Amino acid sequence: MADPMRIRAQMAGDKATVRVLMNHEMETGLRKDAAGKVIPAWFIQEVTAQLNGKPVLSAQWGMSVSKNPFLQFSIKGAKAGDKVAVNWKDNKGDTRTDEATVS
Amino acid sequence: MLNRRELLSHSAKVAALLATTGLLPQVAHAAYNAAAFEVKTMAELVKMLGGSAPTESKDVTITGPDIAENGAVVPVGVSTALPGVKRLLVLVEKNPNVMSAMFEVSDAVDANFSTRVKMGQSSNVYAVAMMGDGKVLFAQKEVKVTLGGCGG
Repeated sequence: MADPMRIRAQMAGDKATVRVLMNHEMETGLRKDAAGKVIPAWFIQEVTAQLNGKPVLSAQWGMSVSKNPFLQFSIKGAKAGDKVAVNWKDNKGDTRTDEATVS
Repeated sequence: MLNRRELLSHSAKVAALLATTGLLPQVAHAAYNAAAFEVKTMAELVKMLGGSAPTESKDVTITGPDIAENGAVVPVGVSTALPGVKRLLVLVEKNPNVMSAMFEVSDAVDANFSTRVKMGQSSNVYAVAMMGDGKVLFAQKEVKVTLGGCGG
């Protein structure tokens, strides 16, 4: 199971700015190891986020998103104390969900 | 004739099968569009996604560094203040596959996303806004890369 994501959700006016740092290798599938063998592609494909359980964000990523992906977005109508959950799913079918409270 | 127990069990199995296909609605997004991430040019990509020919627009914004020291980690931002945008895409023109990321814009979020992408070489980076009426607008910025980001 991957390491937890770091999620910061802070109110800015009437919106919550959410910054996420995920832990993931994000292998493109284009690199070769020392022996010359191709390192298989392994990267986050789908990212979703919910505010208090309601879906607010949906994204699809390719292999060119950087390792340990960073994501920032802004949720309208959030308030302090709300729960933001972020989940991702990679090309091997692994998933991870983490949650933070809006401050 | 199915009895109730068999019917419930059957429904559960069908639901489980449907869940694995991603057809059960969780978030209003389509299943992963792998083909879109293998396309080489913006024109092909937009056509595949059902948009009309892309036009450059001052109402779409792409942010990024003029020079990226490390092509493996290039911070980019895509945004637009236009109403009616459905998707915001991040494209790197000279990458092996042109699209890096595709964000579905819901009513609950600003059409403003930042992330970090790998760039194989100096290239134009695009923010592409796909509008609800089929129009496609983009902004571009040239980002120079001193050390390519795809390894090797």
